[in-house]
Amino acid sequence: MKNIIEMLENSARKYPDKQVFSDADRSVTYSELLNRVYSIGSCITDLEIKKAPVAVICERSVQNLEIMFGVLAGGCFYTVIDSEMPADRIKTIFDTLKPSAVIASDSCLKKAAEVGGNIKVIEYGKAASHRTEMTKLLRMRSEMIDTDPAYVLFTSGSTGVPKGAVVSHRSVIAYTKWYADTFDITENTVFGSQTPFYFSMSVSDVYSTIYTGAELTVIPKTLFSFPMKLIEFMNEKRVNTIYWVPSALGIIANWKVLDYGNLKYINKVLFAGEVMPVKQLNYWRKKLPDAMFANLFGPTETTDICTYYIVDREFSDGESLPIGRHCDNCDVFILKDDGTLAQNGEEGELYARGSFLASGYFNNPEKTASAFVQNPLNNSYPETVYKTGDLVRYNENGELIYISRKDFQIKHMGYRIELGEIDAAAVAISEVSSVAAVYDKENDSIVLIYEGGQKDTEAVFNALSLKLPKYMMPQKVIRIKSMPHNANGKTDRKWLLENYKNI
Amino acid sequence: MEQLIKILEEIKPGVDYKTETDLIGNKILDSLKIVQLVGELNDEFDIEITPIDIVPENFKNAETIYAMIKRLEDE
Repeated sequence: MKNIIEMLENSARKYPDKQVFSDADRSVTYSELLNRVYSIGSCITDLEIKKAPVAVICERSVQNLEIMFGVLAGGCFYTVIDSEMPADRIKTIFDTLKPSAVIASDSCLKKAAEVGGNIKVIEYGKAASHRTEMTKLLRMRSEMIDTDPAYVLFTSGSTGVPKGAVVSHRSVIAYTKWYADTFDITENTVFGSQTPFYFSMSVSDVYSTIYTGAELTVIPKTLFSFPMKLIEFMNEKRVNTIYWVPSALGIIANWKVLDYGNLKYINKVLFAGEVMPVKQLNYWRKKLPDAMFANLFGPTETTDICTYYIVDREFSDGESLPIGRHCDNCDVFILKDDGTLAQNGEEGELYARGSFLASGYFNNPEKTASAFVQNPLNNSYPETVYKTGDLVRYNENGELIYISRKDFQIKHMGYRIELGEIDAAAVAISEVSSVAAVYDKENDSIVLIYEGGQKDTEAVFNALSLKLPKYMMPQKVIRIKSMPHNANGKTDRKWLLENYKNI
Repeated sequence: MEQLIKILEEIKPGVDYKTETDLIGNKILDSLKIVQLVGELNDEFDIEITPIDIVPENFKNAETIYAMIKRLEDE
């Protein structure tokens, strides 16, 4: 298999009338999906573009999924854009991505036109009803190889410019096979999808669904506010497998929702994206004693995951959960600062190698060169490995333990955020002269401290919300009369973090 | 009521909670804000809001939230 569309065709042949995707409003079967994907693909081949980036601006819905696969069928690669993202940030992404076209849902057309400039904007309805031109689609596919990109996924970058990881068909296929085999994803699996499609975790449930003939239902975001309705929805859809960020699992645990309602079908609870607190995991395990629980770990640059741990023993509330061992067909190793392999539980940076690796960052040779490097342990032939920037060590059981990010990058609500990017956006606000975003890990909150003539912190907050996606917004904005500096003359972030409550 | 408005303003500033009628439909309170709000209300009013109470009807606007608090205080 060399193209993702083959996965879909295989499953559509086996299970033509089986439901594949659904959301709160509609559902599609495998054969319906395939037909629509061919239509959207044909619409793209009409544009006379090849192996080109196509942006998708759409709500989290079945439509969004149809467009993603449609772009692939048309021989191009996609970038899913958060439909609620401020226009400024979309434009920053577009400056790097330079999309050849934008496909947008009806309700996102206005936004697409606003950010698109001269880029051609295609409406979903028009693309999905396009006449299928199979000859063109097949010719396009015959010219493709498995290392051609499938998508570019943007994460936040330290200079304020988002980085786009380029992930190939080959990586997705290799990764999906591991995911489906390891967690026994089959045609009987029904995923309840929580993560947005512009987030690497969604790659796992979406593609393993297609690969195995499973079913995936998109859980509306608002249901996470109303837990009993969420339970009802999941039971109604017979969801038996979830792959969520720990924050979402935490809502259920903190409110003790499972004391009031049962999840009737759940037998697998998988999570990734941030540290899973054992206290909350233990609540889930108590309520679902027969379910499989697994902690997955990895960056967007290894498609989604490079190590995993299937929970096989008891943990007490304060303990930390291992991130386990490397995935099949994706190796990892730990290097110390001196470039040698970490031994006997020594701490070092995690490196990953293998087919899950992204090809690099789109239109960004500098960042690519610094993260995708020649394997320092191999002098004999070219071999690219990825430096994750994560500090880890092995425990006495030979399981990997996550320590922290090597730099200032933080994980908040499952998203990777460079605090520097928040700084960059905040300092651009009028009457704000200097800023420092700090991360209070204990309270999982981002605090923005600023100096400047603007006395109204709310005004700063509002100005910032026009520039940053929601998940990057600080939980607190504080004005300080004068910014503290350390001996080197740099903003004293450590002091701010320790003292911001008393400013 | 004043206390509730103050809590709401702390959680999400820049909204006129006295006149806003649909905090959910108008996407003013998202899931994280609701988590935060429930925690604050439990603390401030010494009540226990259970998942059964966390439904859209109770969080529609300041008045419905207030009615829920009163009801739970009496229980």
